[in-house]
Amino acid sequence: MNKMQQIARENERTDLPAFNVGDTLKVQYRIVDGANSRLQAFQGSVIAIKNSGNSKTFTLRRVTAGQGVERTFPFNSPNLDSLTVERKGRVRRSKLYYLREKIGKSARIKEAK
Amino acid sequence: MTGIIGKKLGMTQVYDDKGRLVPVTVIEAGPCPVLDVKTNEKDSYSALQIGFGSKRAKNVSKAVLGHLAKSNNQENPPALIKEIRLEADSDKEVGSVLTVEEFSEIAYVDVIGTTKGRGFQGVVKRWNFGGGRASHGGDWERKGGSIGMCNWPGRVFKGKKMPGHMGSVQRTSQGLKVIQVRPEENILMVKGAVPGFNGGVVVVKKAIKK
Repeated sequence: MNKMQQIARENERTDLPAFNVGDTLKVQYRIVDGANSRLQAFQGSVIAIKNSGNSKTFTLRRVTAGQGVERTFPFNSPNLDSLTVERKGRVRRSKLYYLREKIGKSARIKEAK
Repeated sequence: MTGIIGKKLGMTQVYDDKGRLVPVTVIEAGPCPVLDVKTNEKDSYSALQIGFGSKRAKNVSKAVLGHLAKSNNQENPPALIKEIRLEADSDKEVGSVLTVEEFSEIAYVDVIGTTKGRGFQGVVKRWNFGGGRASHGGDWERKGGSIGMCNWPGRVFKGKKMPGHMGSVQRTSQGLKVIQVRPEENILMVKGAVPGFNGGVVVVKKAIKK
C-alpha cells in the first residue's frame, strides 16, 4: 500500500452499519453553528451511493408534505453522529433517480425479505 | 525560514477540526541535507544548497562527490541538488538536515513546480480565445482570427498570442494553506492543487504574500 492510499484510508469510518441502495436510514448529523453544535435527524431512503473509500457519499430522499427532499451526506464525515438502518429495501438499480418522477403508491420501495 | 524540496504524491481530501472537507495535495518533503551555505560575505548572495532523494554513489560524477564530501554525503548522494535563495544569511550549517518540521509553525506556503506538458496547443486552449461561430457556415471554430493589420505596422507584434507549445514550465502556486505536517513521515499537506504531475519535484517555501 503506498503512502497516498494510506493517507486516504485514515479518514474512513468502520463504525457505521452496512447499507445498500433502497434501504431506509435514520441519520443523526451534527450541525456546527459557531461555538454550539447540535444534532439534526434526517430519515429517508438511500437513492444513490457515490464514490468509494474516503470520498464515499450517499443521498437520502424523503417526501414530506408532498414535497420531495433530498440530502447528500459524506459517509466518512466526523459530523455523521449515528446511522441506523430502519428498513431493508429490495431494488434492482444502483441509482433510484426514477423515484423523483413518482408520487404516491408507485414511489414506494419493496421491503427485502 | 528557508525552503524544502519535495515530491508531489497526489491529491486527496481530509476533514478539518470543524468537520469540513478540505481538498489537499500531499507532498513528501525532505529530508534535505544542507550541502553548502552561500553567504553575503563569501558569495555576494544568501542561499542554501540542499539535496533531495538518493542516488547510487557510482552514478555520481567525481566532481560532485568531491563537493558532497564537504557535508559528508558521499556515501548517500542526493538525486537532486537545488539552491534556495534567502533574504539574509542562514544560520544552518553545512551537514545539517532540513526536515518538514520547519513548516510546523508556518500557516501559508508557496509551492513551485513544473506544470504538466500539454504539447502543441491551439489558441482556444492555450490563450482562452473564444474561437468562431459553430454554425451559419462558420468554418472558424477554433481559429485565432486576424493576427494584425496591413501596411502599418507591416509586421506581427511581438508577444502576439498564437498556437504553440503549452505547459512544462515552472509555475508557483502562492498562498496555499498548510493543513497538516507530519515530521515522522516527512509528509506535508497543503490545501488545493500544486503544479505538475504526481511524482513531480516541487519546492515548498514560506508564502511571500501572506
